[in-house]
Amino acid sequence: MRLRGLLIIAALIIAASLFLPPFYITLANYVGLASIVVLGLVLLGGAGGLMSFGQAAFVGLAAYATAYLTLSYGLSPWLTLPVGLVLTGILAYVLGALTLRLTGHYLPIGTLAWSISIYYVFANVPALGKHDGLADIPGLSLFGLQLNSGRGFFYLIWAVVLLAVVSIENILDSRFGRAVRSGGRTTPMAEALGVDTARVSMAIFVYAALLAAVSGWLYAHFLRFVNPTPFGLSASIEYFFMTVIGGATSTWGAIVGAVFYIIGKQWLQTLIPALTGRVGQLDVIVFGLIIVGILHYARQGMVPFVLQWMPRRRPRDVDTNAEPLRRRAQPQAGTELLRVANVEKRFGGLAAVNGVSFDIRAGEIVALIGPNGAGKTTMFNLITGVAPQTAGEVSFCGQSLRGRRSRQVLQQGVARTFQHALLRPHMSVLENVALGAHTRGRSGIARAALRLDRREERQLLGEARRQLERVGLGDVMHVQADSLPLGKQRVVEIARALAADPLLLLLDEPAAGLRYEEKVSLAKLLTGLRAEGMTLLLVEHDMEFVMNLVDRLVVMDFGEKIAEGRPDEVQANPRVIEAYLGGVDECLPLKRAG
Amino acid sequence: MFALEARGLSAAYGKATVLRDVDIKVAEGSIVSLIGPNGAGKTTMLTALMGLLKASGSVTYYGESLASLSVEDRVARGLCLVPERRELFGDMSIRDNLALGGFSQWLQRKGGRATALAEVFERFPRLRERHLQAANTLSGGERQMLALGRALMSRPKLLMLDEPSLGLAPLIVREIFRIIADLRSTGVSILLVEQNARAALEIADYAYVLESGAVTLQGSAQELAGNSRIIDTYLGRRKAEAVA
Amino acid sequence: MDSQIALILIEDGIASGAIYALLALTMVLVFATTRILLVSQGEFVTFAALSFASFQLGVTPQIVWLLGALAVIVSVWDSVDALREGLGRRIPSILAFNLLLPAAVIALSLWAAPLKPPVLVQAALSVAIVTVLGPLVYRVAFQPVASSSVRTLFVIAIALHFVLQGFGLLFFGAEGFRADPLLDIDISLGPVLIKGQAILSLATLAVLTAGLYAFFEFTLLGKALRATAINRVGARIVGIRTPLAGKMAFALSAFVGGVSGILAIGSTTIYYDSGFLIGLKAVLGAICGAMLSYPIAIAGSIGVGVLEALAAFWASAFTEAVVFSALVPVLLWLSLYAAPTEEGHEL
Repeated sequence: MRLRGLLIIAALIIAASLFLPPFYITLANYVGLASIVVLGLVLLGGAGGLMSFGQAAFVGLAAYATAYLTLSYGLSPWLTLPVGLVLTGILAYVLGALTLRLTGHYLPIGTLAWSISIYYVFANVPALGKHDGLADIPGLSLFGLQLNSGRGFFYLIWAVVLLAVVSIENILDSRFGRAVRSGGRTTPMAEALGVDTARVSMAIFVYAALLAAVSGWLYAHFLRFVNPTPFGLSASIEYFFMTVIGGATSTWGAIVGAVFYIIGKQWLQTLIPALTGRVGQLDVIVFGLIIVGILHYARQGMVPFVLQWMPRRRPRDVDTNAEPLRRRAQPQAGTELLRVANVEKRFGGLAAVNGVSFDIRAGEIVALIGPNGAGKTTMFNLITGVAPQTAGEVSFCGQSLRGRRSRQVLQQGVARTFQHALLRPHMSVLENVALGAHTRGRSGIARAALRLDRREERQLLGEARRQLERVGLGDVMHVQADSLPLGKQRVVEIARALAADPLLLLLDEPAAGLRYEEKVSLAKLLTGLRAEGMTLLLVEHDMEFVMNLVDRLVVMDFGEKIAEGRPDEVQANPRVIEAYLGGVDECLPLKRAG
Repeated sequence: MFALEARGLSAAYGKATVLRDVDIKVAEGSIVSLIGPNGAGKTTMLTALMGLLKASGSVTYYGESLASLSVEDRVARGLCLVPERRELFGDMSIRDNLALGGFSQWLQRKGGRATALAEVFERFPRLRERHLQAANTLSGGERQMLALGRALMSRPKLLMLDEPSLGLAPLIVREIFRIIADLRSTGVSILLVEQNARAALEIADYAYVLESGAVTLQGSAQELAGNSRIIDTYLGRRKAEAVA
Repeated sequence: MDSQIALILIEDGIASGAIYALLALTMVLVFATTRILLVSQGEFVTFAALSFASFQLGVTPQIVWLLGALAVIVSVWDSVDALREGLGRRIPSILAFNLLLPAAVIALSLWAAPLKPPVLVQAALSVAIVTVLGPLVYRVAFQPVASSSVRTLFVIAIALHFVLQGFGLLFFGAEGFRADPLLDIDISLGPVLIKGQAILSLATLAVLTAGLYAFFEFTLLGKALRATAINRVGARIVGIRTPLAGKMAFALSAFVGGVSGILAIGSTTIYYDSGFLIGLKAVLGAICGAMLSYPIAIAGSIGVGVLEALAAFWASAFTEAVVFSALVPVLLWLSLYAAPTEEGHEL
């Protein structure tokens, strides 16, 4: 399917090369060069959510590196390519280490800053020719053939573009790709599913930089001349604008964006002076206005905008014969699984959780209940490693969870769901569940790009499918996650948690916002899981749902445990009744007059 | 005359339907309580009435439809909310928080801010003592008083209170509820959302019980106070065949 | 190194740093109120500076056409919206602010320019032009999408920069201008000669900072703006209209930018594209305060100015590289200080 698309594009490209006049070939080369850089931005920004306004600096570094080395040392361009890649990779790693940790808006500003710095270095180092740059760079020769003509480079550049597209599509369609699309540090979900968000961010940042470097190397030998101007902040912003126009989430959007921007700019630059007789940056004004317009009305960009009207591709079938992944040893029913001992959590002087103790045994369903503000969610976060406890011990299967981050807690066998059903809205149900199995795979970006991860991928997808069938949602595997009703999204989340092969499943208000029938089927699902040997801990507000489902209740109020026991015991407990209905003194002068 | 009449009110957070077709009335000059277990949609109700959340259905305020009115417009007409989270201006002083409560009045060029401030200080002497302290240094009870005082500065005709007893010690709750009861004597209508059913029923004229986004019980506060079904509602002691 | 030279450099640095500080203040203000990182702040600086230059030459600054066009667009847009919501009674005040006020400024400019009025009047008109322009820009570019993410708003701000800079080129041309310093005296303080313009810059910084402080601390409107920044929901439930806050923030920001422009053109040559770098350096200063703290933003900006002056002396070609690279240690410090913990996330 994808192969067909690529062949069509390849055919188009070859046809274009034969029929386009030289001027347009040159323009097409520029489009191709830009596309390579913008494809990196699609991976980095559209998929990974990291905004970079510094890609042109990486382009420049490789371009200048090859220019300098070929001119001053007479090295072959094919040698300077790996040198440029290594240099750019190192720079990207250093800059990434400095800026990727920053949240939200600091990242783009950070990229802005070093983009400007690096530009001024290019423009002022005498060895690099300062503002005049370096000229007479040797061309490229491939197997003895000189790639002098625009057409020669056309094939090379567009071959690289296609390779880049393929590599990025491969990356996105893999375990690593799901990790990239997991939302990073914007939600607690990614880390809770075992994704090492820092490493993933660094990997895509470096990869995007390497793509930019390839573009820079090609640029230098195509133009045979480099100067600082195309590597400054304006250029970086232009690359970014191309993703806005074409659609940052789509690989083809990168190319469409580049085509639109470069050809549009060219067209405006000839048209406007002809119309108005004025020379100036009117094309810049027009493009600025277009960008603002797109951000107001069609924020996702052209390609996604158009695609939403087209019928969706038929998805690939999931191999049912893939060998299953290794499973954990199941504990015997009744053995102690989780022990919470005298746990405290203080925020400043306030104790949100104050000396709570309870334990959970294998094969039980336990619910943590209590009025608003009782500390249940905090307790939950303490168990799952989202927040560290101030005092006390939480241990799982005998091992302390103290100081463990949520990734590590997951690997020990504790999986959780979230109150707001944090599914990745644009990924399919199957992909969302496969993300849950992230810790059971190993392929990284390299194996993904080179398509060496297929066997593991079949296993992971097979596992996801198995879990979906287990929870009864096998028929909606390929549906986009945010199109499901809330009740089904909750169940998908449970399937995702199950895909991590947990021993203990923590559910955060699973019944919230569900209709009656949805609650009935949810309860059925949970009891079914218990019958299969799963252990469950719920935080819930919905009393009705909980009372008929669980084996035991732990009741919290004001951060302390006030009762524990079977549902009927707890319901008769006067302290619990007080906590829920309110403990205001009877003898208050609140009677109304008359 | 009804201060507020809501018919068929429905609201959702994303995919979760939180309110389903709710009908509520607040008679002028009365205190109406909305009680029910957590997650029932009580806070959503007030948020929707205030205009902070999109809702469907019809809502009239003193006979006027609220449909096209923004939050700020509703405040200008005397519909005020003290939210669950208080939403105070933490870095600013008590005095400033209260002064800002009078912003809507100031914008409408209605004077009397100084008088209003004096009245609030009289009602809440503790606030007057600490009037230059920053709001985020106050205790829970003082914050609640400040939130209430700030709402009073806009000279409300209908005051909506979201869980005024939340996180407060019983003694403070007593004080707050005394003040709320007292407010009614100044002609303000009150819509009170509370998890603390006892306190809410003690003080109200009329009450609604909200469960899973729908009204399951309503009546005069006296009737409801003696109704054991309320305990069942809160503790989920319903027909066993309902779930599982 | 000669202490005389050092002192001169530091003085220059502080003077330009004062200008960056003014802009950094408004950036923090705008960000806090609207979550917009206004990198196009620099354009207000250039517009005012070049308008001033235009007045000095006895020519009406052509930028008033942009002002006029925006005034008409906003007036029509807002009036149509008001009619559609059945709030026709609002139209007079809509027109008063969005049409009459800009029209008055334009008319004054058209009338006064050929008369070559005193310098202060020229300065006042230039500042008036951008101050009225600010809220109109906000209304068109940002208000319709005011609740978008910080990122989207940031990209709009960048696109807006290109648009405004393009208009700058269109209306002011590519030439650079420099005006006579407003305060052309040199005061000698011991061995050091202090330029009058430097004192003016610092004095303006002091006065405006004091003015802004007084506005935010003592007036209800100022407190309302602060409140919007502190708690948006809280602001709404006391009746503060958030679009109003946005427009006010932009008006203030444009005003301060305008004043900075008048000061800047007295000590450097200003081109249509000078604003961008000035704005970015102010961003550096603002970032030092993590977009939160005014005093640190001021200190940081002055630091940027001094660093720039020293770098210009020692390694003039690499001035900008040095200045922007200085962001790196700041970012390092910020990333260590604000190390992301999982607890920091809202569930």
